[in-house]
Amino acid sequence: MTRTSSAEAPPTRRASPTPVPLRLVAGKAVAAVLVLLGAATAAFFAQAAIPGDRATAILNIRNGQAIERTAEELAPIIAEYHLDDPTFVQYLTYLRGLVAGDLGTSYQQHRPVLAIVADQLGSTVVLTLTALLFAWVLMIVWVTLTAGRGPRVRAVGGFVDTVTAGLPHYWLGIILLLVFALGLGWFPVIGGTGLPGLILPALTLAIPLAGFMGQATRTEFERALDQPFVLSARTRGMGEAGVRLRHVLRHAVLPAITLSGWALGATISGAVVVEAVFARPGIGSVLVSAVNSQDMPIVIGVVMLIAAFYVIANLVVDVAYVLVDPRLRRAA
Amino acid sequence: MTATHTPPRSAGFGPAGPGLAGTTRRVTRPAIRWDLAIALATTVLFAVAAVWPQLVATHNPFAMDLPASLQPPSPAHWFGTDEAGRDLYSRVVYGTRESLGIGIGAALVSLSLAIVLGTLAALGGRVASAVVGWLLEVAFSFPALLLSLLLIAVLGPSALTQILAVGIGTAPGYARMVRGQILAAKDSAYVEAAVALGHSRGRILRRHILPNALRPLVAVFALSIGQSIVWASSLSFLGLGVAPPSPEWGALLDAGRAFITEAGWLTVIPGLVIVLLALTATTLGRHLQRFLEKGETA
Repeated sequence: MTRTSSAEAPPTRRASPTPVPLRLVAGKAVAAVLVLLGAATAAFFAQAAIPGDRATAILNIRNGQAIERTAEELAPIIAEYHLDDPTFVQYLTYLRGLVAGDLGTSYQQHRPVLAIVADQLGSTVVLTLTALLFAWVLMIVWVTLTAGRGPRVRAVGGFVDTVTAGLPHYWLGIILLLVFALGLGWFPVIGGTGLPGLILPALTLAIPLAGFMGQATRTEFERALDQPFVLSARTRGMGEAGVRLRHVLRHAVLPAITLSGWALGATISGAVVVEAVFARPGIGSVLVSAVNSQDMPIVIGVVMLIAAFYVIANLVVDVAYVLVDPRLRRAA
Repeated sequence: MTATHTPPRSAGFGPAGPGLAGTTRRVTRPAIRWDLAIALATTVLFAVAAVWPQLVATHNPFAMDLPASLQPPSPAHWFGTDEAGRDLYSRVVYGTRESLGIGIGAALVSLSLAIVLGTLAALGGRVASAVVGWLLEVAFSFPALLLSLLLIAVLGPSALTQILAVGIGTAPGYARMVRGQILAAKDSAYVEAAVALGHSRGRILRRHILPNALRPLVAVFALSIGQSIVWASSLSFLGLGVAPPSPEWGALLDAGRAFITEAGWLTVIPGLVIVLLALTATTLGRHLQRFLEKGETA
């Protein structure tokens, strides 16, 4: 039976039958393009499925009113968005635009989606990557200190993993904000883009992620402690810290590396919430206001960008996996 | 007699036991499962609040009392009061039904979809399983919250949209799991035996593959309710769920956000309740899972 501990269990990665990294990467790249194509298709047809006349909707969103429109009013909109083309032709036009890096034009702001998103993307990417770094540091320190110790320490360690992994971002964010920004005044209340404003949002994202990765790492860590190579290291007279850091940890982090690629996607979801808590600029706030106003080109554009980011992150993870686990490098 | 007669530990001979590592003692059975006991107690509490809120509430959740607005927690108002002087504790109690309803609804949508898609992906013949399998990969590569936001953008925010958005958003992960379970069951000895006995495909699917593959889903269902409530409240928090006058927990959070500097309890306490419920669901799910696995090996 396969073990299914987490609801959104990430895919288990197996060694590829041809473990030459270049070929592996090429294969993964083709799969990544297919995933993006699927995402684009789903997003396009989701938009096409919105009930009601689209030209009227666009005009009403642009003017902030909800009224009936005459044919003369709608004509320029229909021409601008090519709404009189058959759906399939619109789909092909949309795909052609995507390949050329054109994500469409916002209904409300009447600017290219790419320009709107590009302004905000950097802030979100910095937040996400910082959070991933924090999560790794927290997770490694915590697991190395508590895994495979006495029963009490182990129980506390595992309990902290479980609790932190389940903390909702909005709640953790509010607590950190109340304690460290409003209470102690160590950090600014409104995030801003500077370094001090980055710490609390990144921690908010990192703590649940660290708990989540910690659960997998802890299991692997305790399994590795029972391995013969650990015994062999101990008989050579290596100390506990040396055994843990040099031998056990390297084994134990493999599942966490696999999780990291998947976690980046989850972290971006979290970033949407965290940006709202800390009033931090980023694509999350762009996305939420676009969903509220049904500005579909922005919604789809942001979703596509995040899907692309996620796919690239997973490619990087696949390469990192080969680098950390030398067994995958040798020809089978 | 003192402890002098205890047999000496085998000093280094025999199989290298955990004694040498010194740190890998396994606790086989804790005396009382405190976590399970607490989880069961909170489940009862939440169930009572959902079914008979008037039994546990202390105030009318909608009664305004403007002079008593934004009061911190006190013996009169256990969780404090909101900007209109409404009793937060009673609002949390009355919000239980809607929040639990959204969570259970979303978990049902999610698992039903997952069972259908996962079964198709595992057993649907070559074309169907390839197409569905690929669709699942694509959907899974969407962060679940984004999938939910896409749906809300299309359907507009409401409680029903929230159920669908969370259910559909979390379904791909479970569907992949179902597919794995069914594929594992398909290759098992008992299915091989049933085929050898000449049973029909439908009978094997109904009697052998599905019951065995889906049993772990009972535990997953509990986990899924907790996860769904957290997701749904995240959407409400973003202002994309049930609208604020309702005491649904996510809506309470959203309403409390405006007063975070002067009345932190308005967000901290509903959030704490959500965390408590999620932890309860996770703990129950874990124990169910362990229990079911034990049943299989026995």
